[in-house]
Amino acid sequence: MDKIITITENISFTMTDSILELSYLIASVLFIVGLKMLSNPESARRGNTYAAIGMVLAIITTILFHKQDGQSIGNIGYILVAIVIGTIVGWTIAMKVKMTAMPQLVSLFNGMGGASAALISLMEFPHISAALVAEHGMMNGHVLAILLGLVIGSVSFAGSMIAFGKLDGRIGDIRSPLMRYINIGLLVIVVGFIVYIMTLGSVKIDEITYLIYILLAIALIYGIAFVMPIGGADMPVVISLLNSFTGVAAAMGGFLYNNQAMLTGGILVGSAGTILTVLMCNAMNRSLLNVIIGAFGGGGAAMEHEEGNIREITLSDAAVLLNYSQKVVIVPGYGLAVAQAQHICHDLDKLLESKGVEVKYAIHPVAGRMPGHMNVLLAEADVPYEKLIESEHINPDLPNTDVVVVIGANDVVNPAAQDDPSSPIYGMPIVNARAAKNIIVMKRGMGKGYAAIENYLFFNDKTRMLFGNAKDTLQALVGEIKEL
Amino acid sequence: MQEILTYFFEYRQMIFVVVLSVFLGIEVISNVPAILHTPLMSGANAIHGVVIIGAIIVMGHAESTLAMVLGFLAVILGTLNVVGGFVVTDRMLDMFKKKPKKETKN
Repeated sequence: MDKIITITENISFTMTDSILELSYLIASVLFIVGLKMLSNPESARRGNTYAAIGMVLAIITTILFHKQDGQSIGNIGYILVAIVIGTIVGWTIAMKVKMTAMPQLVSLFNGMGGASAALISLMEFPHISAALVAEHGMMNGHVLAILLGLVIGSVSFAGSMIAFGKLDGRIGDIRSPLMRYINIGLLVIVVGFIVYIMTLGSVKIDEITYLIYILLAIALIYGIAFVMPIGGADMPVVISLLNSFTGVAAAMGGFLYNNQAMLTGGILVGSAGTILTVLMCNAMNRSLLNVIIGAFGGGGAAMEHEEGNIREITLSDAAVLLNYSQKVVIVPGYGLAVAQAQHICHDLDKLLESKGVEVKYAIHPVAGRMPGHMNVLLAEADVPYEKLIESEHINPDLPNTDVVVVIGANDVVNPAAQDDPSSPIYGMPIVNARAAKNIIVMKRGMGKGYAAIENYLFFNDKTRMLFGNAKDTLQALVGEIKEL
Repeated sequence: MQEILTYFFEYRQMIFVVVLSVFLGIEVISNVPAILHTPLMSGANAIHGVVIIGAIIVMGHAESTLAMVLGFLAVILGTLNVVGGFVVTDRMLDMFKKKPKKETKN
């Protein structure tokens, strides 16, 4: 037991090595402090800046001081050009994109990070040291870190691109029970292939380089298949999950290069992202596994409901109803975001307030396509904080509410979550809109929500429908109320 | 068994860092109000852009043309992640910041 196995500590180092490590320590602290500050509205913006400073510091010191086997960073010209290109493109996209397209954008940037991690693994694989393989075979931490970095990065990349396409409305869902088996099969193949590569024993790396490309291809296919069947209500969860995947992929790079900044940054995001994902799953009363296996919505024997009649309401009636109410609660959803109707929605709310109506917003945590999507959207329209009430806090108030106005929301107000055990969303906390005295639903048409479940709130006796694009409808409504 | 112990000892510092970071990540996140979920996710998204350091390292030691091309691409993608991520987060949070002033006016 006391036999010396290997001598691993290398104690020779230079001043610059020391400075580099110190800067990584500072960067890691800035990441942690930044993330912590991001979780408080007061300090959030500074937190983001701190994290960004940490990142810039780590990048600069890496370029200046990093050494591998005594060699400094070369190709500095190309590196700077690449950074400049990335900065200009990234900055432009980030500044130009509309607030409503934010979820897509996060997904897109997340995919870029995943792709970067995968490329690193791809390039490191041929450089696995022959001595290491001769001594330990392929079964060692270095190879594992490379393979995991490749697989996780690729899945994150491919998955994020699909999520991006879906949120952007370019890609539809594939909903088939078959996808579940295909996904499990692909996952088994990916894991099996990793095990196969690692158990190859002592081999020449250049003879098996092609294997890494096969693994890349399978991982990309898995990433696509992974997100393809997932729709609607699950999209926020998926983005959050892929976000933490990329974190883990970055951490694998930390293992490879013995780089503490990559390690802490990556793992921090990995664990924080996972917790965020779990919080979201809890909010929808679904297990993470259920989300990963996919195939949400569409399936499941929906209970037969007595399909009542849909009753429409005219604009003028709606205007009168709202004008003479005391308490109005607005439930925004993705439809509001799509129609870019947040400003006009705030106009309606101000107009009603000026007439003595109390207006609040009921914010469901997963309304829209991202957690907090509605908060961001309404903040953009200058709706004050205090008016945004989380669903669990507003629900007790709803029976005393005269009118609930549902704008482009669907699944988050679906009573099936409370009544119908066979519904895929059964158990999900909802905004209990039906408790209100009157319900006005603004909707483009009678299509089902993103989760593809029938919503019998629309057939409720107290419900009146206002069909049309949310922006146009709200505009007309504001006009009508002004006329009164 | 010996393999595992050797592995653990060799990487013990990193394993410590990983395990402690996991707890740290959970701790740091757990009290976030729902209102900040999106900016937080976006901010975390920017932080994992730290992968760019790895990209710079590979690119810095790339010799073959293929490695150069892939490395160049990796650095661009990493930068996109970092810059895009932080800028978008800042833009989102910018909208939150205006609020208190508006309030005092009313």
